[in-house]
Amino acid sequence: MSSLNPDQATAARLAGLAQAPDAPRAWDPATGDGSLVEDPAVRAPLVLGNRSFNWVTETVCGYAEKGPGKWFWPTFFLTSQIAALMPLMILYLAITGVGVWGLNNQVDWAWDITNFVFWIGIGHAGTLISAILCLLKQKWRTSINRAAEAMTIFAVICAATFPGIHVGRIWMAWMLFPIPNANAIWPNFKSPLLWDVFAVSTYGTVSALFWFMGMVPDFATLRDRAAKRIMTGRQIGGTLPLIGKTADEVRAFAYGLASLGWRFSSRHWLNYEKAYLMLAGISTPLVLSVHSIVSFDFATSILPGWHTTIFPPYFVAGAIFGGFAMVLMLLIPSRELFPGMKDLITMRHLENMAKIILVTGYMVGFAYAMEFFVAWYSGNAYERDVFLFNRVLPPFLAVEGLDGQLKYAPYWWAYWAMIFCNVVSPQVFWFKACRQSIPVIFTVAFLVTIGMWFERFVIIVTSLHRAFLPGEWHMFYPSLVDILTFVGSCGTFLTLYLLFCRFLPQFAMSEIKNVMPQASPHYRPPASTGGAGPSGVHHAPNKEGV
Amino acid sequence: MAATTKIYRTEEGKDLYAVMAEFATPADTYHAAEMVRDAGYQKWDVYSPFPIHGIEEAMGLKRPILPLLVGVMGITGACLGFAFQYWVSTVGYKTNVQGKPYGAWEAFVPVTFEIGVLFTAFTALFGMLVINGLPRWNHPLLCKERFLGVSDDKFIIAIESADAKFEPEQVRKLLKDAGATAIELVEDIPDAPAAPAAH
Repeated sequence: MSSLNPDQATAARLAGLAQAPDAPRAWDPATGDGSLVEDPAVRAPLVLGNRSFNWVTETVCGYAEKGPGKWFWPTFFLTSQIAALMPLMILYLAITGVGVWGLNNQVDWAWDITNFVFWIGIGHAGTLISAILCLLKQKWRTSINRAAEAMTIFAVICAATFPGIHVGRIWMAWMLFPIPNANAIWPNFKSPLLWDVFAVSTYGTVSALFWFMGMVPDFATLRDRAAKRIMTGRQIGGTLPLIGKTADEVRAFAYGLASLGWRFSSRHWLNYEKAYLMLAGISTPLVLSVHSIVSFDFATSILPGWHTTIFPPYFVAGAIFGGFAMVLMLLIPSRELFPGMKDLITMRHLENMAKIILVTGYMVGFAYAMEFFVAWYSGNAYERDVFLFNRVLPPFLAVEGLDGQLKYAPYWWAYWAMIFCNVVSPQVFWFKACRQSIPVIFTVAFLVTIGMWFERFVIIVTSLHRAFLPGEWHMFYPSLVDILTFVGSCGTFLTLYLLFCRFLPQFAMSEIKNVMPQASPHYRPPASTGGAGPSGVHHAPNKEGV
Repeated sequence: MAATTKIYRTEEGKDLYAVMAEFATPADTYHAAEMVRDAGYQKWDVYSPFPIHGIEEAMGLKRPILPLLVGVMGITGACLGFAFQYWVSTVGYKTNVQGKPYGAWEAFVPVTFEIGVLFTAFTALFGMLVINGLPRWNHPLLCKERFLGVSDDKFIIAIESADAKFEPEQVRKLLKDAGATAIELVEDIPDAPAAPAAH
C-alpha cells in the first residue's frame, strides 16, 4: 500500500480494502512494548494498541487473504525443495533397504528413532499451550495457540514417518495396526512399541480434531468476508487460471466448506465451548501419556541407560521444553515478517515462554542429574559404566581401566553439547534483560532445539553402541541418507508451516476477541467512567456476583 | 391444540424467517437477550463473534447434554478397547510374552486409555456438530449482508417467525426498546432448491 498517495490510502481504508497503518510506538523503559507490567495487581494487556475487534479480524484475515509479502514464495520454494529430499530418500530406502542408513548390528536404532522422538517431542508444545494452559485459564495462550497447534500437527507428521520407514519392509507397516488379515495375525498388545503406535496415532488424530475445531469459527469469518466482498462487488484478487473462478469465489467455497456452516449462534457457542473444554481436558492426560509411552519404548528394556523409571516424566518435561523452543523459533520471525503481529504476540508472551523454557530446562537438568545419582546409588556396574564411559568422560579426562587401557566416552561431545544447550544456555533467562531480548530468546531457542535432538541421540545411540558384550561394540556413523532424510523432514515441517501461514487463520480470532477488555458484558469505555450509561447497568435477575 | 403457525411474508412476497436486530456492544446484547428471554420467546438466538461471557444465563439456556454424551462414549471406547485387547491376547492370537498370563490386564492399560481418548475426542467434536445441527450448506441469516458482520465485530439477535409468540410489530418494538441500532427482516430460503421449471 505504500505506493498509494495518502488520499488514496485513506479512501481504500474507508472502503474497507485496507487497514490503518501501524503507528510506531516508542519502547517504554518501564513496560517495554506496553505488555511488561511489573505490578502484579495490574493485568498486562493481551492485545496492544487499544485495538478494536475489527482490527483483529482485518489483521488476521489479511494474512490469509493478501498474502504474507514478497518473501513468501521464494522461501516456500526453498523449503519445498528441501522437503522433496524426504520422499526421495524414503524411496531410495524402500527400494534398497535399511542398510542405506548407518545402522549396524549393535546400533540398530539411531537417527530414525532419534528423529522420531525429536519431532514428537516438538509436537507436545502445541497441545500443552492449547489444552493445559486452557484449563489453567492462562489467557495469554490465545494468541499463540493456533500456531503452536499447527506446529504440533506438522511435527507429528514428521515424527510418524520415521517409525513407519524404519520397519524395513515399508509395505508391511500397516501391520502395526490391528487390521484383520488373511494370516489371522494380531499385534502383541503387551509390547510398548504397539502402545506407541496407538499413542502417536491417537495424539495426531486428537490434535488435528482440536486444531480443526478451533479453526471452524475463523473459517466462517474468512468465508463471510469473501461472501461480503462478492455481494458488494469489491472482490480482491482476480480470476484464477484453470479454475475460472475468482479468488473470492474459491475462498467463499473452500472456507465455507471448512466452516461447516458455522453462524456464530450463542446456542452453538454453548456446546462449542463445552466441547472445546472437554477436548482440552482429555488432551491434557493425552499429551502426558504420549511421551510417557514413547519413553516406555526404552524404559521397559533392560539396556543400561534406558532401563530407568525416571523416563516418563523426564521425557514429558523435555518434550515441553523442546516444543516451546520450536514455537519461539517460528513465532519470532513471524512477528517480524507479518505487520501488526507484534500487537498480538507481545513481549509478555515471549517472556512467558522464556520462563517456561527456564523451568522445563531445570526439570530436564534435574533428570540428567538424577540419572547419574541412580547410576551411582544403584551400585549397578553396567549402569555406572554407561554414564561414565559411554557419555561423560572426555578423552582428556580418561581413566585407566583394569586392563591398563585408557577408558573414555567416545560420545562425550554429544553429551556435553546436550548439557550446554539444554542446561547451561537457558540460565541466561534468570536475567530480565535476556528474557526481554528477542535475539537472546531466539538464540537460546535455537540452542535448545539442537540440544533436544542431541538428548535423544545420546539416549539412543550412546546406550546402544556399547551394551553388555564388548565384542559387539560399534560406533555409529550416519550415512548421507540418514542426514538428508532428517534435513528433508525439517523442510517438510517448514513447508507445511509456511502453507499454514499463507492459507489458514494464524490466530484464533474468536478467542483473542474474547480476551479483549471490550468483550466483557461489564466493560465500560474509559471515557464514560463518570456516569453509568444504560449499557453499564447490570440487571440480570438470575445472575449474581460475576 | 393444533397450533397453526402463521406464515408472514415480506413486501417482496418471500416467506419471513426472522426479524434480526443489531446491537453495538456485548453489554447491550446481553441486556437485550435478557429482555427477549423475559418476553417468553423460544425460537430465537444471539449471534456474536465470540461466546459472550454468561450469555447462556441471559438467554435462559439449559445446561448442554454434550458432556454426558462424551463421558458415556469415552467410557464405552475404553471398555471396547480393553475387550478387544483381551480378546486378541487370549483368543484371537495368543502370544506368550515373558511367561505372563495371556489376559494380564496391566499391559492393556495404555491402549485402553488411548482408545477411550479417541472416542471422547470424536464424540466431543461430532456430538457438538450434530447437536448444533451442523454442518449445513446455507442458512437464511447468512444471505443477509448485515449478518455477515457477526463474524467480525457485530452482535445480532434474531427472533424467528416460527416462534409461537411471534408477531412482527411486537418483536420489532421489543428489539427497538432493547436498544437495537438496526432492525431488518430476514427472508426464508426454501429447504430444497426449487425445480428449474418453476423459474
